[in-house]
Amino acid sequence: MALIKTYEEINEKIKKGKAVVVTAEEIIDIAKEEGIKKTTEKVDVVTTGTFGPMCSSGAFFNFGHSKPKMKMQKVWLNGVPAYAGIAAVDAYIGVTELPEDDPCNKVHPGSFNYGGGHVIEDLVSGKPVKLEATAYGTDCYPRKKLETTITIDDLNYALLFNPRNSYQNYNVGINTTNKTIYTYMGVLRPNMSNANYSSAGQLSPLMNDPYYRTIGIGTKIFLGGGIGYVAWHGTQHSPLEERTEKGVPTGGAGTLALMGDLKQMVPEFLRGVSLIGYGASLAVGVGIPIPILSEEILEYTLVKDEDIFAPVVDYGTAYPNGEPGNLGLVSYAQLKTGKIEVQGKEVRTGSLSSYPKARQIAQTLKDWIMNGKFLLTQPVQNLPSVEDDIRIKPLVIK
Amino acid sequence: MTVCKKVVLRFDSKIVEKPIIYSLIKDYGLITNILKAEINPHKEGYLVMEVTGENQQYAEGVEYLNSIGVSIDALDEKVTWIEEKCMQCGLCTGLCPTHALKMNRPSMNVTFEGEKCIVCEICVKSCPAKAVELHF
Repeated sequence: MALIKTYEEINEKIKKGKAVVVTAEEIIDIAKEEGIKKTTEKVDVVTTGTFGPMCSSGAFFNFGHSKPKMKMQKVWLNGVPAYAGIAAVDAYIGVTELPEDDPCNKVHPGSFNYGGGHVIEDLVSGKPVKLEATAYGTDCYPRKKLETTITIDDLNYALLFNPRNSYQNYNVGINTTNKTIYTYMGVLRPNMSNANYSSAGQLSPLMNDPYYRTIGIGTKIFLGGGIGYVAWHGTQHSPLEERTEKGVPTGGAGTLALMGDLKQMVPEFLRGVSLIGYGASLAVGVGIPIPILSEEILEYTLVKDEDIFAPVVDYGTAYPNGEPGNLGLVSYAQLKTGKIEVQGKEVRTGSLSSYPKARQIAQTLKDWIMNGKFLLTQPVQNLPSVEDDIRIKPLVIK
Repeated sequence: MTVCKKVVLRFDSKIVEKPIIYSLIKDYGLITNILKAEINPHKEGYLVMEVTGENQQYAEGVEYLNSIGVSIDALDEKVTWIEEKCMQCGLCTGLCPTHALKMNRPSMNVTFEGEKCIVCEICVKSCPAKAVELHF
């Protein structure tokens, strides 16, 4: 890969307010008009964005010590349990966690009005949140019970830590059975009456850097309306998925573990969500800058919705039973028209991922960089890619 | 003069098995478009429909319904879309039967046209952001 620019050179330009920054949508037409060589020289950064439910998200907190002190064994925030099996007054709340008295799917489909994702949204909104904790008591930490109200400002530490975000690509959910089903891909009506997808397509971060050449550990990003970092590759990161000639995977593939200080994030980009019949989650806004270091890197960012294909998967039978296969591939250009064709049938589409929000994120990140407020970071280590033998295995029940 | 109204009919278990809509069409010449119908475990019926017909026919039809014990009310349930809460994902737009909730292309922004809504409530149940509410 012949590098024509370095991170240092791009950052110097950013500091001087001279960097040329465009979004992953805008770059497509620019390169079409000006050609690869000229565009690579001219454009310094391409910004990406995505916004959708990302279930593997959560937050670490440090509550501070009460008087007398307590080793919190069980912790609840607004009635939602947080994991406290770490140091005395630390806890982690996961976004899909539900209050213990939630009826769940006892009356199907459950509505899942409030969960861990909503707790995070409430905290970020500055709302007071009820903190309850119990413990068995020790000589150094004698308190056994505690009930109080906190806001995000009372917390010593609030770190959004999401072990699996920004899936590179995703399934299109459909239902071939004769009954409505309620899934994490939304309501899927019988006999293939509708299909739901979840990706920002051409704006999505990992679609624009399909082999993770610039996005790596330490990459500074837009996360939840504030600044975050790529911490690691995400759970279920699977670079060896099938890919098109241009390198775009036709299935899930890459994922990212992301982290950032929750205190500087905003509720506009961290929204608690309820998926009827499935559960609660958090919609997360992520934007990643891609430095245009070479022609090859630029070419990856030119990916268009018509070049990106997703598998149509039957969530009525194949998916829940862990059977492989799909009902064909469709492009995001087709999905975004509102209808696709599956096995000769016209099917309406809906999206779980918000394209207007993805666009807003890419634009906001572009503004931050152009205003000299956001410098790029070079990864301290690349993520595993197609050269590495990383595969996800199914669980074998012995 | 022609009238076109969205109405809610409620009938008890004694008349639920009678072909009431058939009579409205055949005897009163009304055009009916059933939008939603439900019979609960107590065999009480609930039906939302759009009725079109001449003023006179409509009045006689209503009289007929009242005479057999069917209550008829204007459809006053209303779906409200709260734009500030909407995440603009568009999940509802793949489900809405009348395209009252619509994805505008190429902006991909969601909009709501109240006049097209038949209050089926699929959006109220399926909206992940709870941006659609039902009001009475």
